[in-house]
This record gives sequence, structure tokens and C-alpha cells, in this order.
Amino acid sequence: MSRHTLSVLVEDKPGVLTRVASLFARRAFNINSLAVGPTEVPGISRMTVVVDADGDLIEQVTKQLNKLINVIKIVELTSESSVQRDHILVKVRADAATRLQVTQAADLFRAAVVDVSTDSLVIEATGTPEKLAALLSVLEPFGIREIVQSGTLAVGRGSRSMSDRALRSA
Amino acid sequence: MSKGSPISPSLMATKSAGATKAPERADRAADQAVVAADLAAASPVLGPNNVVPPTVMTGSQAIVRSLEELGVDDIFGLPGGAILPTYDPLMASSMNHVLVRHEQGAGHAAQGYAMVTGRVGVCIATSGPGATNLVTAIMDAHMDSVPLVAITGQVSSGVIGTDAFQEADIVGITMPITKHSFLVTDPNDIPHVMAEAFHLASTGRPGPVLVDVAKDAQVGQMTFSWPPKIDLPGYRPVTRGHSKQVREAAKLIAAASKPVLYVGGGVIKAHASAELLALAEATGAPVVTTLMAKGAFPDSHPQHMGMPGMHGTVSAVTALQQSDLLITLGARFDDRVTGVLKTFAPMAKVIHADIDPAEISKNRTADVPIVGSVKEIIPELTDAVRTQFEASGTPDLTTWWAFLNNLKETYPLGWTEPDDGLSAPQRVIERIGALTGPEGVYVAGVGQHQMWAAQFIKYERPHAWLNSGGAGTMGYAVPAAMGAKVGEPDRVVWAIDGDGCFQMTNQELATCAINNIPIKVAVINNSSLGMVRQWQTLFYEGRYSNTDLNTGHDTVRIPDFVKLGEAYGCASFRCERDEDIDATIQKALEINDRPVVIDFVVSPNSMVWPMVPAGVSNDQIQVARNMTPEWEEED
Repeated sequence: MSRHTLSVLVEDKPGVLTRVASLFARRAFNINSLAVGPTEVPGISRMTVVVDADGDLIEQVTKQLNKLINVIKIVELTSESSVQRDHILVKVRADAATRLQVTQAADLFRAAVVDVSTDSLVIEATGTPEKLAALLSVLEPFGIREIVQSGTLAVGRGSRSMSDRALRSA
Repeated sequence: MSKGSPISPSLMATKSAGATKAPERADRAADQAVVAADLAAASPVLGPNNVVPPTVMTGSQAIVRSLEELGVDDIFGLPGGAILPTYDPLMASSMNHVLVRHEQGAGHAAQGYAMVTGRVGVCIATSGPGATNLVTAIMDAHMDSVPLVAITGQVSSGVIGTDAFQEADIVGITMPITKHSFLVTDPNDIPHVMAEAFHLASTGRPGPVLVDVAKDAQVGQMTFSWPPKIDLPGYRPVTRGHSKQVREAAKLIAAASKPVLYVGGGVIKAHASAELLALAEATGAPVVTTLMAKGAFPDSHPQHMGMPGMHGTVSAVTALQQSDLLITLGARFDDRVTGVLKTFAPMAKVIHADIDPAEISKNRTADVPIVGSVKEIIPELTDAVRTQFEASGTPDLTTWWAFLNNLKETYPLGWTEPDDGLSAPQRVIERIGALTGPEGVYVAGVGQHQMWAAQFIKYERPHAWLNSGGAGTMGYAVPAAMGAKVGEPDRVVWAIDGDGCFQMTNQELATCAINNIPIKVAVINNSSLGMVRQWQTLFYEGRYSNTDLNTGHDTVRIPDFVKLGEAYGCASFRCERDEDIDATIQKALEINDRPVVIDFVVSPNSMVWPMVPAGVSNDQIQVARNMTPEWEEED
């Protein structure tokens, strides 16, 4: 099954996240990640949904999403034509003996240390799923205490704006 | 902002003629559709769009006023705590509110009303159990694309989420089975939400819309003005088919040697029967009408092959299986039509026209997809076909017709007489249709009697056959017939029900008797859950697990349907012999001052044939038990 990233503009109305999530559940579509937040347009939110589906199925997913009244526009973003990033916070075991090694590892991935205590660090990193997986495998030997990860965010490359065009045609 | 024009313009056609409740002829409805389409193009708000200057009133008054402004005449409902404020101004309204005995009855009645009139059906219930009792009807309307607006009371916004008395998250519960839903907590939202609900329910692919109104929003003051502004930026149904696709379709039709028009319920929803007739005659292709499309094309027309699917005719099923081109109009390749999908119509290319883009290539990939209203697509396709035929010649379908006509003659619908001396249920149903005629409305429950009613009544016009197709809701018939009779009081309305179905919703006989809604109920009483029993006979070695209902011949007759009908104030008869069938039906047809219940005692051994067993190809259709047609005449 191939992975698809859908950007979905929705009306910022109560229940819209439930409508999208329950659609995936009841139609047995496989959701890999989902991220939602406000956009530059008041009243419009944008969801980035990563779906595992084959050709015909991704068409069904898109069509079914489009049937939701609160969904305004859907665009599939390919990896070539878009920037796609995940965001991760990792709590790693790090005492006086290992702290330097951990922070050096973080530096290699351009990750930031955002919290320090006597026996642990919290590292914040942004990147593609592959980069974050690599970071985690490097940190793993030190002892990972907690991981919290966002859904993928994606935006098309170039000057065009999805919400701009959607609202003009709406 | 483009709102899109309504997908089923004629839904509004009957609406604009809503003041008169005279029976509508299909051709008249078609004319009105044009006018209505113009009206609707001007405003997405249903109704006459009267201008009401800002007026202060309560939210509940605004609900009632909105319904009036939307042109609603009839409502089905049952009050309770959280909807009480709205029932107060309703008492003073000119709208006709029918007090049902169970909310499910209100929902199905609104469906029946919508299915015969083409107008939006409206039902009202209170919060909690009142609302959940509507769920079956909402789901039914969702599966069969019935324009329905359900209004429910909700507990006050301040206590939502606290498990308050009679609180249920009905918006959440119905989310998967509504086209859309609203929770109203601010009374000022009522007019635009009501207008949006009716717009959504009636346009595009029609469907149920829920409006859940918190009690404080009903009680609170607001400023009402009309028409409201509809703001649905994500809702832009396409009605006009892409002209290039239509031309592509015409090319395929001109090149096909075994075309079939595969017609679904969308053609009835779009009031496109007249257009379909023109296309059928222009192409000369055979027509099959699905369970939801009975009456979209006259049964008596020589090009009609019957109903396809699990209990379809041999000619219809085989036409699809052997076809090289399916011209699919407002149908959705339901599993009851296709059987095992990958073996369905294996040689056929597919043209698929539907208002809902998600139906196209959902189950079967379309070679030529056309998104739009069949009301607009069919005439354009007819023109394109004529042009194409002029250019490339009219295809020769002689061999195809010789094959199909042979099938039609060899395997007509029929039945064998039961071996237990009891009446054949098929005969009862056939006689009801024959004695009542094509202007009657026939509303079925779900099961064997439903299939026989689809097979043995002759449907010559749309909006004459109502049933629960997608959902398969037992108990649909009596309340839906009630709604149909309210919508078209001048037509004879039969509920053709089973003894199992009838026991699920017969409390609405009280509603019918008290409100002078004289429906006729034919209980096809085989003393069992007949369709389940048939499967037990065929697939479970005759082990009749929990299907005997003890209502029929030689049983304790609990309940006694004649006594039950009488208790509800209905004229009630029992018919146990073939020779009494016609006289009993005639007697029922002569009674119009109260509902009629007839207990037709029939054989439990009759089965629905033909049948494609579940899980096999449609090629395995059986005309009787273990009897498959001879296929040597295949070319």
C-alpha cells in the first residue's frame, strides 16, 4: 500500500474533526497520521491526513471526504511538490557521564535540547519520518523514556496558496 | 460564492406546487421541474422566499416560522420535555402535525411522504430516547437517499455533557447516517440552519439532515428575518454532466452490440422517468430497473427486462451478465444487484451517471464517469446518441433482442401452488396490484412479501413503489404508508406487510385511525419470518431456528390480526381461501373512512424465485430450487 498526504481545508465548526476521523473509521480507511490547526483565514482550519491506500482507494477516500459538508477543499501533496515535516519530542536518559554524547547526537540532527534535568534531557526535532527514525535509533542506546510525536504537516512548494484558491472558487 | 444548483430540481417542483395535494403525473412534475429549477437557481432557500423583516420572537417560534416559510405542510412527531417549547407555537401553526405513537413511525412516515411527493419529509422528536427512536428511520433514509429533516430537542446547552435527564449525543450517534447535522445552541442560528438543512436534504444526492436544538435555544429570544443567508462553502453539488463525457458515452452506445440501461432509484429521485423513456427508445436498449427504481420505466414497456439482482428476473440478470455496455443511471452497483462483484457483467464496459461522485467507481470502475443529475444528463445523452447514430449508424441489436426475448418468454416470473392447500402469497399480492391499478401506492416491509410485491405488482409510473431497499428495515411499511397517504391523500395506499414486520410498527394504525389516514394494510401472513425461513430451508437443512411466529393457519394466532385491527379502529378482515381474495380486496378498496387491515393467511412454504444464492456469481441464478436456466441459447 502506498502512502498519500492529503491537505484538507475545513470549516472550523464543532465536530469537524470527529466527522473526518469517524469517516475514516467507518469506511475502513487506514489513517497513518492526522494533524489539524487554524490557517491564515479566520474560520478555516487545515488538516493534514496521511493515508495508506492504493490507487482506487485513495480516490474513494478523497470523494468521501469531499462529501462532508464542512470539507471545503482537498489537495493531495506529493513528496516532490511539497515540504512535509513531522515534529517530535523525546525524553532521553542522560546523566553527567552521557549528557555530552546525547547533545552531540542531537546536534547532528539539528535537534534542540529543550529541557534538562540531572538524569534526562528533552530533545525537540523536526524533519521527515526517515530523519526522525534515524535520530531515535541513535538516541535509543542511551535509554528513551518518552516519545511524543505530531502528525505530519505538509505545504506545497512555490508561491501558490491552497486556501487562497479554495476561497476564491468557493 | 457558488452554492451550486440543486441536483434534483424536481424535488422543488412538487414543492412549488405544494399547496395543492392533487396526485401528480410524471409529465406534469417534469414541467414544473423546469419552473422550479429556475426558482431554485435564484435562491437556495426552499419555499416562496417571502421577505420577513426583523421580528423578535423565541427560538421555538423561529423553528415553527422557518418551517412555514420553507413551505412545509405536514410534520410527523411526538413531543417530550426537551422539545416542549417548540410544540407550543406549533399548536397555533397552520401546518398539519401528525402525532405518532412511536418516533420511529414519525421517521418512516416522513420518508413515505418524501418518496411519494418528492418534497422534504419532516419529523420531530424530543431528546434522548425520542431522538434515538428516530435512528432507524434516519439510517433508512440515508441508505435510500430520502430527503428528510429530523428535528430533535436537546437538553439545555449548560448541561450538555453532564449526562442530564434524557440527554443523548444524537448528533454524534447519527453522524455516520446523516448527510449532515447541526447542533443549535444560539436561537439566532435557527433560520439559517433550518434553511441549510432543507437545502442539503433536498439537493444533490438527497438524504437525511438532523437539526438538534438545545432547550435554551428554543426558549431564548432572537431576531427572525427571512430569507436567511445560506453559508455552505463546502457544498457545491454538480448537476450538469460534462459534455465531453456525454459524447464519449454516446460513442460507446453506438459501438455496443449488447447494451443495457441499468436504472437505479436516482432516476425516480430526479423525476427523470420521461427523459429515461426517450433515451431508452432512442437507443433501443433493454432496460432493467432495480428494486429502488421500480416504476421509473413502465413494466409493460417491451424494452423492460424486469428487476436485476438476487431476486431479479432471469432476463434482467442475464442481460446484465451478458452485456457489453452498462448504461448506469442513478444506480450504485449494490451487492444485492451485482452478486459477487468480480463476476458481475464481466464483458461490459461501464457508463456511470450519478449525482454523487463517490458512487462512481466505488464498486465497479467506470469507463465513462458522468457526475451530475440524471435529469440533466439523460436528455443530453439522448441528443448525443441521436447525433452519433446519424453519424455512425444505428447499431443492430437484433441478435441481442432475440436472445433476451427468448429468455423473457422461457423464464417469466411465476410461482408454484403451495402443497399445503393454503393460498399462494404471490397470488394475493398480484391481485392487490391488478385490482388497485398503477395509480396506487404500494409500500412494502422487508422480506419475502417485499420481493413478491416488487415482482408481481405492475408498476407503470414512478412514486408508486416504496420500500426499504438499502437498509432492509422491517416495520417500514405501515408508517411509511401513513406518510404516503398524508402526502397524496387521493391515491389508494397499500401497505403490503409481513406478519413479522407488521408486529414491529403497527401501533401507527392508531395514528391512522384517529387522524383519518385511511391506508390499507395487507398482512401477508405466513406465520413466520418468511425470508429467514426460506434461507433456513435452502441453506440450513430446514432447521427453523426462531422463525415461527404463531400468527397463521393452525396456530394460536397471537396476535389475532383481525382483533388487533379492530382494536385500532380499522375495518378488519381475514382471507383464507383463494376464492375470497378478490372479494376481500374489493371490499377494502371500497372503504375510505378508516384504515383497513386484512389478514391474508398464506402458505409458509412459498419461496421467492428466481434467486441468486449469496456468495456466488449471478450466472448461478436459480429459477426454482436447484434449477438453473439452460444456457445453450447463449451465443
